[in-house]
Formats: sequence, C-alpha cells, structure tokens
Amino acid sequence: MIRLEDTSGHDIAAAIASERHRMGSPTTGMVLTLLILTDEEFQADATAAAVASAREHPMRILTMVPRPGGDINRIDADISVGGDDGPGEVAVMRLRGDRSSHANSVAIPLLLPDTPVVAWWPGAAPKDVATDPIGMHAERRITDVSSRPDPLAELAIRRENYHAGDTDLSWTRITNWRSTLAAMMDRPVGTPESIVVEGHRHNASPILLAAWLSWALDVPAAVRPTDESGISSVSVNTTDGPLTISRPDGSMALVEAPGMPASPVALPRRPLHELIAEDLRRLTPDEIYAEALRTVPRVTIGNELD
Amino acid sequence: MNPLRDPRDARLPRVAGPCAVVLFGVTGDLSRKKIMPAIYDLANRGLLPPGFALVGFARREWAHEDFAQEVHDSVREHARTPFSEVVWRQLSQGIRFVAGDLTDPEAFAELRTTLAALDAERGTVGNHAFYLSIPPGLFPTVVSQIERSGLAERPVGAWRRVVVEKPFGHDLASAQELDAVLSSVFSPDEIFRIDHYLGKETVQNILAVRFANEMFEPLWNSRYVDNIQITQAEDIGIGGRAGYYDGIGAARDVIQNHLLQLLALTAMDEPLSFAPEQVRQEKEKVLAAITVPREIDAHTARGQYAAGWQGGIPVPGYLDEAGIPPDSTTETFAAIRLDIDNRRWAGVPFYLRTGKRLGRRVTEVAVIFKRAPHLPFASSSVTELSDNALVFRIQPDEGITLRFGSKVPGVAGMEVRDVTMDFQYGDSFVDTSPEAYERLILDVLLGEPPLFPQAREVDMSWSILDPILDRWAEEGQPDAYASGGWGPASAYEMIARDGRTWRRP
Repeated sequence: MIRLEDTSGHDIAAAIASERHRMGSPTTGMVLTLLILTDEEFQADATAAAVASAREHPMRILTMVPRPGGDINRIDADISVGGDDGPGEVAVMRLRGDRSSHANSVAIPLLLPDTPVVAWWPGAAPKDVATDPIGMHAERRITDVSSRPDPLAELAIRRENYHAGDTDLSWTRITNWRSTLAAMMDRPVGTPESIVVEGHRHNASPILLAAWLSWALDVPAAVRPTDESGISSVSVNTTDGPLTISRPDGSMALVEAPGMPASPVALPRRPLHELIAEDLRRLTPDEIYAEALRTVPRVTIGNELD
Repeated sequence: MNPLRDPRDARLPRVAGPCAVVLFGVTGDLSRKKIMPAIYDLANRGLLPPGFALVGFARREWAHEDFAQEVHDSVREHARTPFSEVVWRQLSQGIRFVAGDLTDPEAFAELRTTLAALDAERGTVGNHAFYLSIPPGLFPTVVSQIERSGLAERPVGAWRRVVVEKPFGHDLASAQELDAVLSSVFSPDEIFRIDHYLGKETVQNILAVRFANEMFEPLWNSRYVDNIQITQAEDIGIGGRAGYYDGIGAARDVIQNHLLQLLALTAMDEPLSFAPEQVRQEKEKVLAAITVPREIDAHTARGQYAAGWQGGIPVPGYLDEAGIPPDSTTETFAAIRLDIDNRRWAGVPFYLRTGKRLGRRVTEVAVIFKRAPHLPFASSSVTELSDNALVFRIQPDEGITLRFGSKVPGVAGMEVRDVTMDFQYGDSFVDTSPEAYERLILDVLLGEPPLFPQAREVDMSWSILDPILDRWAEEGQPDAYASGGWGPASAYEMIARDGRTWRRP
C-alpha cells in the first residue's frame, strides 16, 4: 500500500500508473470505475466489499471520504494495486477541510477512459443522486436506504427523485425472494388476488417486494410490520390458495403452494460484496426497480387484506 | 406466461422447473468429481427449484442415507462454491438411492416407485431426466429397461430427457447405432449430448467477439487469414482412464467433438439470430463444406507419448501405463489439416491438433494473418516481426490475445518486433462463474438445447474423421514422441510441407 499525503487527483492517478509499471503490468483489464462516497462509518466495509466483488468485475475503486471542517485543507490517499484481496486498483481518499466539497474535481482525472462509471453511496446520499456532481459521471448510481435512520422516509426520497440508472441495495437484497417466487409461478397456479408481506417495520425491502408483486400481478398488496429483522414471509393469495415463502430463522425458508408438498429452500442473507457484485452485472437502467418504486405508494402498511 | 418474469428483469436468473434427475453410474469419477458437485453448486446459486430430487442408481447395497453421504463427500471435496449447511439440507431432502443391476427389471420397477413417491413428496411433478454416466456399451440395456418399466411414459405436461456424454460413438456407423438406440425411446429434442470440454461461456465468447464487433469480421476470410490453428493440449497422461482411452485415442476423444465444434464456431457465417436452430444451421453448413486432404499421410500426424521428463518430473510412456497392452496402437497425439470449400475459406488450411503429455495444458484457436503485402522498412528492421495473430484462449485463463508488430522503443533506429495485447475475462473468472458442467446441467433441466450437438452434427463430424481414422488403422504403431514436448517430428513435417510452422501455444 502506498500512502500519499497532501496530494491531488492527478498525483493519485500517476501513483496508480507507476505502481502498475513497477509490478510490470502497465496494461489493465479494468471494466469500470466505482466511485464510493462515504463517511468513515461505512468506508471500510464498503471498500472491502468492492474489493471482493472486483474478482468478478475487475475495476478501479475510488473511495472518497469527505471530512469537512477543521483547519487542515488537504487530500490524503491510500493506494493499493492488485493485492492479495483482489485484482482491482483501490484508492481511499480523505478530503479534508475545504477539499471535502470538491470530490468531483478529485475524481475526474481518476476515471478510467471510456469505460462505465458507477457511483455508490453506502451511507448518506444526496437527495437527487443523478444530478449530484459525482452522480453525473455515473451510468449507475447505487444507494442503500437501509443504512439511514429512517429507511422508509429515505425510500420516499429515492422515489421522488428517481432517474433511470438509480438503484438501491434494499432492492438487490430481495432478488432471491423474487427468484423463488418467480420459480413458484413457473408452474400453473390460480389467479392472484392479493399479496401480504411480513417484514420489519423499518425495513424498505418488504415494501419493495410487496410493491413489485403488486405491480407485476396487478393486485393489492399489504405489508404487515413485525419486529423480526428483514422479511419473514410473503404470500401470494390466489384463487387456488396461497403461495407462501416463510423464513422464520433468516436463512432456511419454507415454500408452500396448493397441491404441492412444503419444501425447504435456502434463502440466506447475502453479504455486501455479493449484493454489489450483482448490481455491477448490468449497468443499464433497472426498469423493474423503477416500476416497483413507483408502486410503493399503493402498498398498504399494517392493514391486513386477506 | 409467468407475470413475474419480465424480459427486462435482468436480475432474475432462470431457475429450473421441478424435476428429478436419475443418475446412472454414481460411483464413476465423472459423477463424483463433476456431476454431483455441479448439482450442489446450482442449488447454492439458487438455480434449482424447491421441488428437486436426485436419484442414484447402482449395484451397491446402499440405503438413501449412504448415497446422500457419498454425494455429501463429493460435494465437500469438489464443489466450487463454499459449503453451506442450509443448502445441503435443502438438497439432501430430495436424495434417494435405488440399488440394483442395470439388467434387473425389479430394480427399475423400484426406481419407478421411488420416482412416483418423489413426485408426491417432493413435488417433482413427473419431470424426469436420466443421466447416463455409464459406458456407451450399456446404453441399449438401460434405454430398453427405461422403456420396459414404463419410465419413459410421459404424463400430460411432464417431460422426459436423457443425457449422454461424449464420445458419441467411435465412428459414423456406431454413432448412428447409438442414436438409433436413444431415438427408439426419446425424441431428438429430449436427447442431450454433453461435451463437457465445450463450455457455454466459450461458445458465447467466440460468437460475441466475432459478431458483436465491426473490426474483426471484415478480416475473417482467405484474403487476410493465412491459416487457423486449433490446439487442445494436455500435460497429463491418461491417468486412470486406460479402459476408456485405449482403442479410442486422441482423434476420437477430442477432434471429433471438441475441435470440430471450435472450428465450426470460428469459421461459420453469421447466424440469422442466436436461436439454437439458427446457430446449428450455420455450423452444419460449414461442417458440410469441410474437405479431408487427398493425401492423408502427408497432411496428418499421429503420435504416442514415450517416457520422458515433464516439467522436471520423470513420467512413463503410454505403453508403460497400467492397463495398456504393450502393443497398443492407440494414438495419444493427433494433428490433421482440413480445408473448407467455400468462398470465405478456400485456400486457408485449418490445422487441428490435440495430445496428451504435451508441454502445457492449453486450449486455443489461433487465427494467423498473412504478412502485409509490402513492408516499407529495411529488411533488417523487420527480422523479428512474424505474422499477426488473433488468439481465442479457451483455457486456462479464458481470454483473447492479439499479436502485432510495434516499434522497439529507443534511438537505435527503426526496428519492428512482435508485441501482444492481452484481454482476460475477469481475473478469477474461474471461481466465480459457473463451471461448464453447471451450465450444461442447467440447460438440460431448463430444456434448452443450444449447445448440445444434435445427431446430424455428430454424424457430419464422424464423416470428416472416418477416412482419416481408416487410413491410420492401416498404419500400425503411431510415431513416438517425448513427453513434455509438442508432439512427434511428423507433426512438424506435416505443417512444414505447407511452408508453415506450428505456433507454440
């Protein structure tokens, strides 16, 4: 690892290039640049997750940690290239004092030429990420409302300011639920009539799951708030009876459908690096997320429909 | 139409429908090292449905739990994804075992009962795949037992599929015989021929590079291409596979299926779409245009590895391997020249070679271009410039290499030398992306045949190879070659006759 103190975006870019040369591999096969905008609280986990997903997506990872205030105005950077943790290039930059509001100018010389840029706010994110100076570089902008004190209010902000290319990790977290539900409906089933999702009262994922089902099946949906973390169960009530996935213990789920034996299905919570790797797989706008987000206001909270 | 599957929803993987896989030959190497781990890995990636069952069939006194333990051990040892107790619990609930001999009708009756029970208990809804991981000689026995016991009867809405592994016969006649056996009970779209050498990723990568770009296809013809060399080399010997390998040899084992498929993908015209039928049509067209050299002796080479040193380790010769008759004439190295009689490729030789105990393990397709018609440099400037080449590296480290001339930096004057530009599909591609077997098995369970050659392609490949094999059969002992090198002298001579040399892969 190289530490640069009181440095600039240009010097960091030069340091990465010279480190590449020193290792004898000046050419790189990077497929994208990932910009991570974060405070110290989320910095280490987010960078580590990005490094782990660089195994699947070789990329340049630029973690920017704005540290406003104080008398010191300078940029410090820790750089590592192709280490044991993964093939990517990583620069963690602390933008101190007045530098903290100029992340954009630090980023510009560091963006890989002519390859996609993804911006990720693991914690707090601007209201409108698409028009944010950093977000404007990116074709894909990833937020995580679950990191906020009030995820549901944050989800409303994402919805009101949605632009094509936005996505949120609380949506990524339900892919396995959605996949299992879709697999259940690959078989002939009755006509859907209503949806009930049980999940933690402050979690956005149950709401997005309910909204997605409500949009796709065109039936009303409700979320029944619980104190268990994450999603506990989802039921699609059909004319033939309910299709249900319940996951009481957070990893092994039970799948039940009319006329079918109940079967266990592994539905574990996925670590952060798997979520981020999934999000980096497609860089085109996630239109289904947009539909689910739009449908959120139609989801009834706490009111039982069945 | 499932309303939860929107074509725009790129996050959702296609998950196989409910089904049971019956595995014949559970004690074999392939089952333990590849098939069972791949099934676990699919489950771990969330690609198997809740209603999934695996039924082992073998002549062993095993209870269901014993077989489950076998699967467990093979998964622990060979699976590529981390072991998860939760996934294992999901999978193990659908594992069953039927003990019996392949000739025993009662065992098949029990198999039928077991499958019926699974349909009810596990919700496999009557969808059954039969995976024949057994020598082809036993296919007729198993297929007729399947039919006699009523296992091939398809309830309404349910499917039956049968999976067989290469080799698909040992010549045209035997391939057709094999196909007749399978076709007597299964229809063409129910027969899945797996060639595990040819992963789906590879096929899709070649097609993507060729047809998604503008800068390669204009060069892809006899005007710019001098020759194409397709190599599959292994650094290992036959290992414990003497019984399978002896009498088969390198050409039948690798050229007939793998190298001819790679040739077809490299040389074919653009398909109308990537629909399986369209790709197959283009492959068949190019296979039909292939001609075998008139003088087979002059344009082919066959070899057998002799004792030698490989990477500094002494290794035995083929004839000294356990289980190989001392007078075996089986070739462990085969190289052939083929031509394609169409406008695009007339005059461009395709050199195919494969062998065991060669310099290193590598599979690649090298497109070697002609020299520039005129080089405006002093001849001394370009002595170190060779032909431009575009190489699809298939393994290890799947990727693409481009070789071209570039000026040697410095003030010494104008000197041009070869440089290579290298692209790799992700650094650790191999551990994160599904292995060939996983994709093949998933395609079987989804009923998607795109990669699986159909009988016609298999027959065409044998028609190309048969005259060469017939000629070789008259020749006696193949040329000995030292282990650890790149094959017999005759292979170098054969390509030198055309004024060319082999690339060192």
